[in-house]
Amino acid sequence: MLDFVQQLVSGVALGCVYGLIALGFVLVYKATEVVNFAQGDLMMLGGFFAFTFIGMMGLNYWIGFAGAVAAMALFGMLAERVVVRPILGYPQFSIIMATIGLGYFLRSIAGMIWGTDDLKIETPFSQGVLRIGSLVLAYDKLSVIAATMILCTLLYLFFNKTTLGTAMRASSENMLAAYYMGIPVKRVVSIVWAISAAVATCAGVLLAPITFIHSNVGLVLGLKAFPAAVLGGFGSIPGAVVGGVLIGVIESMAGFYLAEGWKDVAPYIVLLTVLLLKPEGLFGLHVRKKV
Amino acid sequence: MRFLFKTDYEDDIKLFPHSGYFVSYGILLALLLIAPYLLSSYLMSQLVFVCIYATVGVALLILTGFTGQASLGHAAFLAIGAYTAAYLQKYNVPFPVYFLAAGALTGLIGAMVGFPALRLTGIYLVIATISFALIVEEILARWESVTNGNEGMRVKTLSLLGVTVPRDSPTFYYLCLAVLVLTIVGTLNLLRSPTGRAFVAIRDSETAARSMGVNVALYKVKSFAISAAITGFAGVLFAHKLSFISPEMFTLQLSIEFIIVILIGGTFSLHGAVLGAIFIVMIDPFLTYLKDDMPGIIAGIAATFGAGTATAGNIQSKVAAFASLNGLKGAIYGIIIVLFVLFEPLGLYGRWLKIKLFFQLFPLYKRATFKRQKIYVKSERNR
Repeated sequence: MLDFVQQLVSGVALGCVYGLIALGFVLVYKATEVVNFAQGDLMMLGGFFAFTFIGMMGLNYWIGFAGAVAAMALFGMLAERVVVRPILGYPQFSIIMATIGLGYFLRSIAGMIWGTDDLKIETPFSQGVLRIGSLVLAYDKLSVIAATMILCTLLYLFFNKTTLGTAMRASSENMLAAYYMGIPVKRVVSIVWAISAAVATCAGVLLAPITFIHSNVGLVLGLKAFPAAVLGGFGSIPGAVVGGVLIGVIESMAGFYLAEGWKDVAPYIVLLTVLLLKPEGLFGLHVRKKV
Repeated sequence: MRFLFKTDYEDDIKLFPHSGYFVSYGILLALLLIAPYLLSSYLMSQLVFVCIYATVGVALLILTGFTGQASLGHAAFLAIGAYTAAYLQKYNVPFPVYFLAAGALTGLIGAMVGFPALRLTGIYLVIATISFALIVEEILARWESVTNGNEGMRVKTLSLLGVTVPRDSPTFYYLCLAVLVLTIVGTLNLLRSPTGRAFVAIRDSETAARSMGVNVALYKVKSFAISAAITGFAGVLFAHKLSFISPEMFTLQLSIEFIIVILIGGTFSLHGAVLGAIFIVMIDPFLTYLKDDMPGIIAGIAATFGAGTATAGNIQSKVAAFASLNGLKGAIYGIIIVLFVLFEPLGLYGRWLKIKLFFQLFPLYKRATFKRQKIYVKSERNR
């Protein structure tokens, strides 16, 4: 029983990380109906920025964190301006390929700049554990869970309560109509990319003590975040987090209770099953066009 | 400039629209046939890879280019073909039998993947095919009684009708070339048949295709099966060429390379698949060239422009250091993909068409002929 709870908690923590990356997918998808295949690599880059600020320049953890988030937000806007804006509105396949290319590029460049070793950031949560009875919970995992909850709530409120959020949803429904209604579509898309890069950075920094930072971490975790986003139904913010947690728990349980090898496949088997039974995901909207 | 006047439907679906095609393709084929006597063994080996990649490219083109079903899982089909060949070979099954068996099995699995894909569109399909490829990769690594797990499998030398065909012999090259040519001719014929027309109709508008009486589900599954089967055939040749296969050869990276093949070549024409294959296979020799010869050349240029020997040597070592950077190949891939998507979505073949048109219309060519229209998206969620 104790093993089960222990696995559950570490699964939830891992799942929250997937959820955070999936949040990035969902943000961009909600606003532009594009899936950013470089999301994991943005996370990786955020981690490296934070490492540069905290580990190499010796700044305070929180200042370094904020600096990395700000730098990545700018970088997200830049990436949007250079790679996505010229082909905004073209078939999804083009944009998927462009972001795959961007991901490749970022991975290689990060490998060239920061090397291929595993890097580590000292965080205030690195040491110390919380003991409840004989249950041992590490602070770094708890911090991931807490941060995910906060970010998810903030983003949910942002999308549903603010004008900017409404503008984002409008431009995803019909870009031309939104443009006619006076929404500056290009600027909206730019802001979305900034936010999603910032969220990715949060994921990268929070993850640093758990998986370390290296240039391929984005690819590995990004691939795990897809099932999370699809399970939650691409386009639903709470869905992304719930999907992420589900994937994390499934992976963690499969690793503990099933034979070796299931751990890596289980999320994808679940994903294919869900796609077969409910292609729009667990929380996705099922919309029918009326003619 | 040649004007083609089409007077009936037969003219419209001809394989070779005019006699010029016989001349140009004839010369190309003759060159390819005498290539083993002209090129070095290294380039021959690259040419074999071009044939294999182009075959997969054509297969992917049927699915992605002509039916509009994006797939990022074709490395898995290639792996299934390769492993079927390697496994059956252990029981002394003759080449023609396991060649066909690999195609049939891969086609069957392709159809099985096609069925779940019926309900999925766009991004969901891409993610489903990625998942399929990752699952296959894991199965190959774990099913040790058949695939020998992570240690990989040796592939014996190909023997065709009692004659052994080593992997670097001209005969093996001719075999790969024959498979490629047959695939291309077969695909051209497929595309002008009712099946091919149905594929294109589904790509352009599923709703319109359905209202014209096309059985969308059937043709989507067919497209998956045909594409997978051709990839399976290519997989057999791939296994023989490498003579050793292991799960880590068939990763997502390879699937992406196949997508790059059709993206760079141009997603609307079979020429594109071949051009893209040449491009992707030749990146490695190009990088080697960059590493070995480029620093010397640049230093030479610097020296001729009056830089001292010391400066030239300095430049040479800097260029050499840059060329041997670890992730240079990945960075070049990334930049090339992005640049092609942004500036030349029709790919290399599109560029060739533009050049051809320029000379055909010489004084009257207008750049705006190929100008892209501004597009605004509507949500695909309400489809």
